[in-house]
Amino acid sequence: MSRSGPDAVISLRGAQLSYGSRVVWRGLDLEVRPGEFLAVLGPNGSGKTSFVRALLGRQPLSAGTLTVLGGPAREAGRHLGYVPQQAELSAQAMLRARDLVRFGIDGHRFGPRLRTGAVRRRVDEILASVGASAYADVPLGMLSGGERQRVRIGQALATDPRVLLCDEPLLSLDLNHQRAVTELVDARRRSHGTSVVFVTHEINPVLGLVDRVLYLAPGGHRVGTPDEVLTSESLSELYGTRVDVLRVQGRVVVVGAPDGPAAPPHHTHQLVLEPEEVRR
Amino acid sequence: MTLAEGVWHQIFSFENYGELLALVRNSLVAGAALGLVGGLAGVFVIMRDLPFAVHGISELSFAGASAALLLGVNIVGGSIVGSLLAAGAIGVMGARARDRNSAIGILMPFGLGLGVLFLALYKGRAANKFGLLTGQIVAVDTPQMAWLLSTSAVVLVALAVIWRPLTFASADPDVAAARGVPVRGLSFVFMIVLGLAVALSVQVVGALLVLTLVVTPAAAAARITASPVLLPLLSVVFAVVSIEGGILLALGSSIPISPYVTTVSFTIYVLCRVAGAYRTRRWGDRRTVPQPA
Repeated sequence: MSRSGPDAVISLRGAQLSYGSRVVWRGLDLEVRPGEFLAVLGPNGSGKTSFVRALLGRQPLSAGTLTVLGGPAREAGRHLGYVPQQAELSAQAMLRARDLVRFGIDGHRFGPRLRTGAVRRRVDEILASVGASAYADVPLGMLSGGERQRVRIGQALATDPRVLLCDEPLLSLDLNHQRAVTELVDARRRSHGTSVVFVTHEINPVLGLVDRVLYLAPGGHRVGTPDEVLTSESLSELYGTRVDVLRVQGRVVVVGAPDGPAAPPHHTHQLVLEPEEVRR
Repeated sequence: MTLAEGVWHQIFSFENYGELLALVRNSLVAGAALGLVGGLAGVFVIMRDLPFAVHGISELSFAGASAALLLGVNIVGGSIVGSLLAAGAIGVMGARARDRNSAIGILMPFGLGLGVLFLALYKGRAANKFGLLTGQIVAVDTPQMAWLLSTSAVVLVALAVIWRPLTFASADPDVAAARGVPVRGLSFVFMIVLGLAVALSVQVVGALLVLTLVVTPAAAAARITASPVLLPLLSVVFAVVSIEGGILLALGSSIPISPYVTTVSFTIYVLCRVAGAYRTRRWGDRRTVPQPA
């Protein structure tokens, strides 16, 4: 856990983000090292999305500093691969999988497209590397959520980024696809030393891969290994109420978040509740 | 002659066709340019969900054109000014879809009202007035032609330059913004380009029916292809066929051109929709093949 300054790919010091008088998080010190897998956890409204926007350079901090790859966040550009939260698909539905990946390579350039052969081969390579070749020419609107997410990851990796930023990439995926997506991300991390910032409300699908956790909560935040952060003591303190964290068959189960326990609306076979799920 | 025959003869008449054809040469050339511009702009209208904006801009364009008619200045110029004012206002007022639609709903009746006012004050030929709303074949004289073609050229060059980042920003705005695409700037630039395209279309199909050139062809093409090359290509082909087909069918009749154009355009859409349903089923069949996990 050495916090070596110069080679950190992401560095936050005393970072604070507020909207008007409402402080979302403050005093955030964090350095993400090359090849590190950081999970960002927390209930809705705790500032996970703001954290993502800050890293993308689309949300200025209200105090403190943030550098990505040693410079301002908005200059990270092609070195930061971004898998956005699945949004409604109206406009993308008419594009094919290969078009989305192609955007990742040269979609930001003005003027007519040149060197099509080379770009096309690169797109084919990327689609193959994420196992999406079979549906390269299918419109995105006709793909399943898991298939789309593979294409998304392909798009994010198209520029060989040094950081991969995934915003709730497992949302509404079944267990098989969750595993497939996390394996893709992890394989990339191992082969290329790509740092991964993985925003999620479900820690269990990535529990075995995570180096450190950033837990954002209304009452503050914690940074540390899953064993340090995901404890009854630390979450009780974050939530300001008694929260029990249990380990069942290698999984983390959080019980007793503010609104009291309830049956989770899905994944009942999993017996896993995150505070956020309990509230729903 | 029975009533039905009389009506039929009013709608379709091909007497002296060769001589008439020579009269509308300008319109046929203008039509080709409009088809090109409308078909290409339409691709983004569909992608960015802007059909209502097109309608709103065309009403303001109508107001501009009728003001020009009243003042005795260039009608294409007036139409372009009205369009640009509307497109600029929509671009500034409504970045988000919800705000945008309200902004358009507020602008549109105002524009139409202004247009009606100017036309009521105008004492010239009634056909000129009607033509602005429902289109006319021989509207295009030589000086207007120069306006039409040069504005088309501006639109085409602008689209060629911004096509790629605009597609990225339209389909995938979050990632595009993260990659440094000026999403908001492009959105504004496209509204201006769209304003010009609408002003052009108003000249031939009239303000009420612009959607038939700027939305229907692209929507039809999107039904049968997802290829980023075929989509604009087919959209242009459909738009050109609609407008030129409409002009040629309308030639001998006393009826405005727009019903012919809208009917051709709508027929193409219906055919594409049927073909598209077949295509979807075909993909659907393929999708049931189990995928490797």
